[in-house]
Amino acid sequence: MAAKNVTTATFQADVLSSAKPVLVDFWAEWCGPCRMVSPILDEIASEHADKITIVKVNVDEEPALAQQYGITSIPAMQVFQGGEVVKSIIGAKPKPALLADLSSFIN
Amino acid sequence: MHEVIIIGSGPAGYTAGIYTGRAGLNPLLIASSVEAGGELMKTTEVENYPGFPTGLQGPELMDAFRAQAERFGTEVLLDDVIEVDLKGPVKIVKTGGGKTFEAKTVILATGAAYRELGLPREKELSGYGISWCATCDGFFFREKTIAVIGGGDSAMEEATFLTRFASKVYLIHRRDSFKASKIMQERALNNPKIEVIWNTEVSELLGEGKLTGIKTNNLVDGTQNTLELDGLFIAIGNDPRVWLVENQLTLTPEKFIEVDGRSSKTSLPGVFAAGDVIDPTYRQAITAAGSGCVAALDAEHYLSNLK
Repeated sequence: MAAKNVTTATFQADVLSSAKPVLVDFWAEWCGPCRMVSPILDEIASEHADKITIVKVNVDEEPALAQQYGITSIPAMQVFQGGEVVKSIIGAKPKPALLADLSSFIN
Repeated sequence: MHEVIIIGSGPAGYTAGIYTGRAGLNPLLIASSVEAGGELMKTTEVENYPGFPTGLQGPELMDAFRAQAERFGTEVLLDDVIEVDLKGPVKIVKTGGGKTFEAKTVILATGAAYRELGLPREKELSGYGISWCATCDGFFFREKTIAVIGGGDSAMEEATFLTRFASKVYLIHRRDSFKASKIMQERALNNPKIEVIWNTEVSELLGEGKLTGIKTNNLVDGTQNTLELDGLFIAIGNDPRVWLVENQLTLTPEKFIEVDGRSSKTSLPGVFAAGDVIDPTYRQAITAAGSGCVAALDAEHYLSNLK
């Protein structure tokens, strides 16, 4: 299951108002490490769909969102809960490391 | 049991895959889960790889390497090697994905990892103004002031690339001359957005939660300065990635895997090494590829003597 693309227009509904924690993957086409981590996030999303939602923000198309959340390095993965950023993960990491970073949300 | 396991997926690893694949050895190449393709995946234009007179993009080159290795039966696994046992005739390789493999030979092509400045809070500010990948992060510094640290080809490439976005790029180097190739130096030095600060090191990272600047120290006259910055790109070189094997193989005094003469033979039989992990000097895509070929031929020869 590929992660849903969110935009400024849908950010409130898809991320900020979500009852479940939402991991937002800030990425871009020209970012090699982003392309590597993307399928890993898809796997985590389908394995833990009951606990966490994973969505994507294309920073090329949504520079304002990237700026609003202080993104200066991608891939950047921010977990939102109750409309707030509660966890930031910077850089592509292997799946076990990502699962460890997300353990408080998915266990 | 595999005939050959190749660890690493830069030019050395994939070339070893092409050669051992063509030799009918059905190599397993463990590429890493998030860094497959290696160092070149983070570069833009590659102008000096022979056979491509008009140049090509680093990721494009690595996709071609991979396709060529796969064409000859190399199995590419996107997983990370976390442990090896290389001593006996059967080599054991374990991955982060929970798999264990056995092989008669192992080719180590693990490359090198970027070097850190070693300053307090460097990790904490990574991703918050400190970056290790100009091609990934340059975009976020449109019309901003940034600095690149380093004096080699990577520093020149990053500084030049970043002028597409930034309004000002300081290029800070410890010495009074660059180690980079002449053509790369000239490009940086002739770029009006780049200002070189010679003989200077970074002594402190400034900013809470986000980098706002650095303190610098002039190594010749001891002058201390503060530089306000939006971003800092660190390109001060790489260290060979040897943690997997440092207790099993002989290393050189500089911590590269030691090989016998011009061969790829390490201190253990059936274990070969290639690319940046054995090369303190040249570290080019083409030398790594050549070195991967040497390792493949050495492994092939070793295997034929086992029979």
